[in-house]
Amino acid sequence: MRKPLWYAYLLHRVSGLLLVLFLPVHFWILALAMRDADRLDAFLALADRPMVKAAEFGLVFLLAAHLFGGLRVLALEFLSWTASQKTLAAGSVAVSFALAALFLLRAI
Amino acid sequence: MSEAAQELTVSVWRGDARAGAFQGFRVPRFDSQTVLDVVSWIQQNADPTLTYRFACRVGMCGSCAMMVNGVPRWTCRTHVSKVVEAGALTVAPLRNLPVIKDLAADMDPFFEKWAGSVHEPSASRDDEIAEIRPDDPKRAAASSAIECINCAVCHAACDTVAGNPDYLGPAALTRAWTLFNDTRHGGDVLEVVSGAGGCHNCHSMASCTANCPNELDPMSAIAGLKRATVRRVFRRD
Amino acid sequence: MINRPLFIIQRLSALVMVPLVFGHLALMIYAVQGGLSVDEILGRTQGSWFWFCYYGVFVLAASVHGAIGLRTICGEWLGLRRGLDMLTWLVAASLTCLGLWAVVAVT
Ligand code: SF4
Ligand code: SF4
Ligand code: FES
Repeated sequence: MRKPLWYAYLLHRVSGLLLVLFLPVHFWILALAMRDADRLDAFLALADRPMVKAAEFGLVFLLAAHLFGGLRVLALEFLSWTASQKTLAAGSVAVSFALAALFLLRAI
Repeated sequence: MSEAAQELTVSVWRGDARAGAFQGFRVPRFDSQTVLDVVSWIQQNADPTLTYRFACRVGMCGSCAMMVNGVPRWTCRTHVSKVVEAGALTVAPLRNLPVIKDLAADMDPFFEKWAGSVHEPSASRDDEIAEIRPDDPKRAAASSAIECINCAVCHAACDTVAGNPDYLGPAALTRAWTLFNDTRHGGDVLEVVSGAGGCHNCHSMASCTANCPNELDPMSAIAGLKRATVRRVFRRD
Repeated sequence: MINRPLFIIQRLSALVMVPLVFGHLALMIYAVQGGLSVDEILGRTQGSWFWFCYYGVFVLAASVHGAIGLRTICGEWLGLRRGLDMLTWLVAASLTCLGLWAVVAVT
């Protein structure tokens, strides 16, 4: 019953959900830490740990996946594309992986 | 496939709107046997109280749809050989609809959602017949729902219907798209599909299009409705 | 759950964010080189009207977009029916406040 486009929908939904849950944390850390530079620097030093690196990779992947998945939906809805939807969906995942990998490579 | 010894293990859902459970049957295997043949065999040879629905047996009437191994299908045109998994079949009433008894789902909520998409003639028999060219793009788009047999397979496949019972669903919305493109339709279908349960709830996951036995494409029809309803807001046409 | 106005707001905020997210991703890939520090972040953003507007608009669009998305998920996956409007407003308002606070802090 469920085909590739359904998984594209699930990825879009889950990535969106995780991003919106991450947003307040993101804002909070930035805002608090800018008043207290030492604390953010201490926090940013944490960013070298492998676990934190993995979480960062995940967030960049989520953002990229949501961006390209969203572009696919917008194209489908407003440009009336019908053909090769699956290819597009797969392509968007691939590109987001590539971007996240690039980020990780540069971060190390 | 003609060895008489071959048998199918079939789990059939028995019960009503309140409660129920799967019941096991052993059904002999025949050549070119359809899932509807299997259900009929059980009703005729094993348990005459089994309730199910069919009429035409040739994929025209849309009354025989059931869940077969978890997938919504028109059972009269679904060959056992295509869907059997390790000699077993699970047959259940259509998803996303209330159950009346056994395999008969209550189609009322499905058809109620079509209420806003009923043809309203824009002309009477005394008027001149509107001229519509077969190659007109609007006429071509109006074909989207013409082959629909109202089987509710797409409705059962749609996870948005599952999560939101108010959602009109793929079949009614495809019908609305046909009416929108039908120049002879006098009603205003765009407002009907712009409410809280309207076309904007569709997430373009294409379970409808992937499962429609007549190879219709509700997802693209709904995308057309989204475009038309949004265009109206910005262009006021 | 989602009617036409909500749909339009959702798609418009998405369109606004497309270039912003591309920029944000590019900036992250560039800035994360050699590690992050407060000085580096503030050095780029403090006193810059450009970054203030960039991230100001980003926060607004993301808050609205996220709120409507969360509304749909709560409706479809948690079966929430009543209070959806309230939830949408609440999430949008609190995300906007927090976000603008962060933008003000870094610019
Ligand atoms: S594309 Fe729309 S109508 Fe079809 S299954 Fe998905 S949500 Fe339902
Ligand atoms: S669109 Fe296809 S699946 Fe849906 S009711 Fe019509 S024929 Fe059946
Ligand atoms: S019995 Fe008529 S469509 Fe199957």
